[in-house]
Amino acid sequence: MRAIISISGLTKTYASGQHALKNVNLEIREGEIFALLGPNGAGKTTLISIICGIVTASSGTVLVDGHDIVTDYRAARSRIGLVPQELVADAFETVRATAGFSRGLFGRAPNPGYVESVLRDLSLWDRRNDIIMTLSGGMKRRVMIAKALSHEPRILFLDEPTAGVDVELRRDMWALVRRLRDSGVTIILTTHYIDEAEEMADRIGVISQGELIVVEDKIRLMRKLGKKQLTLHLQDPMASIPAGLEAWKLALNAGGSELEYTFDTNEEQTGIPALLRRLSELGVAFKDLHTRQSSLEEIFVNLVSERKGFRQ
Amino acid sequence: MRAIAFNRHGVWAIYRFELARFLRTLLQSVLTPVITTSLYFVVFGAAIGARMTEVDGVPYGAFIVPGLIMLSVFMESISNASFGIHFPKFTGTIFELLSAPVSAFEIVLAYVGAAATKSVGLALIILATASVFVPIHILHPFWMVAFLVLTAITFCLFGFIIGIWARNWEQMQIVPMLIVTPLTFLGGAFYSIDMLPPAWRTVTLFNPVVYLISGFRWTFFGSADVDVGTSLGMTLVFLLTCLALVAMIFRTGYRLKN
Ligand SMILES: Nc1ncnc2c1ncn2[C@@H]1O[C@H](COP(=O)(O)OP(=O)(O)OP(=O)(O)O)[C@@H](O)[C@H]1O
Ligand SMILES: [Mg+2]
Repeated sequence: MRAIISISGLTKTYASGQHALKNVNLEIREGEIFALLGPNGAGKTTLISIICGIVTASSGTVLVDGHDIVTDYRAARSRIGLVPQELVADAFETVRATAGFSRGLFGRAPNPGYVESVLRDLSLWDRRNDIIMTLSGGMKRRVMIAKALSHEPRILFLDEPTAGVDVELRRDMWALVRRLRDSGVTIILTTHYIDEAEEMADRIGVISQGELIVVEDKIRLMRKLGKKQLTLHLQDPMASIPAGLEAWKLALNAGGSELEYTFDTNEEQTGIPALLRRLSELGVAFKDLHTRQSSLEEIFVNLVSERKGFRQ
Repeated sequence: MRAIAFNRHGVWAIYRFELARFLRTLLQSVLTPVITTSLYFVVFGAAIGARMTEVDGVPYGAFIVPGLIMLSVFMESISNASFGIHFPKFTGTIFELLSAPVSAFEIVLAYVGAAATKSVGLALIILATASVFVPIHILHPFWMVAFLVLTAITFCLFGFIIGIWARNWEQMQIVPMLIVTPLTFLGGAFYSIDMLPPAWRTVTLFNPVVYLISGFRWTFFGSADVDVGTSLGMTLVFLLTCLALVAMIFRTGYRLKN
């Protein structure tokens, strides 16, 4: 698939001396939903801000749809819509006026019909003549999205769009993101709710301390780094793992009443049938069993803490 | 999509947004100059003018009109233009401007254009109010408008620079209060600098405001403290200096971008 954003050798050192980005290389594919994950202060907002023209890079280049963000900023920026992390909108403007303003600012001729459809999509149409100051936080968040979409961008950045948003709005928002993706818009989002990324994203990038440590297809990432566990709830608790089970990676939990088998999802042979056969030969009875796959969240925490440990 | 060479929709959006901001406070914007001007006429025109009938052959009441207009244009231009760009910086909405496909020139054109529009409008309101108190005859209307527009643009540029430079609201007030007000009062807004002792007259000639007021007064009465060509020249020098500073700000991203 074609790369719609190409980032190479991007670094950013703030005036304070903070190395916010260290040699970041990344390609965003046209039409995908890309989730950028990372702990607080990892450099996510900095990366987005550079691509959008708000922060100047210390070195490196970024191409947006083939246009350099510095030398050909008009072409690059007119393709991008940005919903920033902070809720900042002109407090004294009306919802409709501010969306119209954004559209004009990005070089588009007025199109009240289009602005109306964006506001309707975000359930803001009824509030179109309200002053932004009088809206609730969640509505302001939607106004920010309306502003970003008002000029029909091909690329949408969502920097923590669901922070402080209730469950229902969050669901609406993801439905909107899917609709946008289906219409061909490329979406790059950051979030601290990893279950969201797990549900929404096509690809995942993990950034930690300014370095992009993983970029991977979500499914492959989960298969590659994910582990599966089989838990057997035993009929009778055991004091220790019986002899003859050395071939399996087993652990005894919950005071000896649970036997846990961890296996790699990549392996052809999970060893489960053999294990179960062996257990019945040994006379170990169990009343229940279930398997569990590690979530993206666990993978993420492992990646980031591994990285931190390695640094120290 | 074709790359745009001039983002006219963007300029228009900012210009309209800024004018809408002024219009929201229309009553205040119109009433303030009308009341202030009337007060000046009561105090300076009636009280002092009664004793000082003529300056350079012009009735004192009429003599102070150009200075009065200039004084307001300076103040309003600086405060409107500085506020216009400082407020988004303060609230954070500037992110949108920085991420938009607008050039530095377009941003300045829109912000300074809107602020200058308001300043010129205000000047005309003051002129209209003043003409209620004293008969006013403008000798060179074309040059009057030219000086007015040039001065408004210059001071709006100056205000724009202050708005970017200022880190907080106090700093926004400092320059107009510590520099512009004294320079204006010492710039012959309410008297002819010929009325000053010779030593002070020389000092005054280093005050750029003298040239602006003098030139503007010439367009009304055909006589001035300094040669009108010099006045025009100084006005242009001032304008170009501000333009150069603005260009530098955008080239370096000074206090705009990290
Ligand atoms: N304007 C600035 N001046 C100096 N340092 C900054 C500035 N903005 C960000 N930083 C620093 O750069 C690093 C990366 O910040 P950034 O905002 O990009 O992180 P983030 O991944 O978006 O974090 P979060 O999840 O909290 O939003 C942090 O150490 C931060 O303190
Ligand atoms: Mg952030």
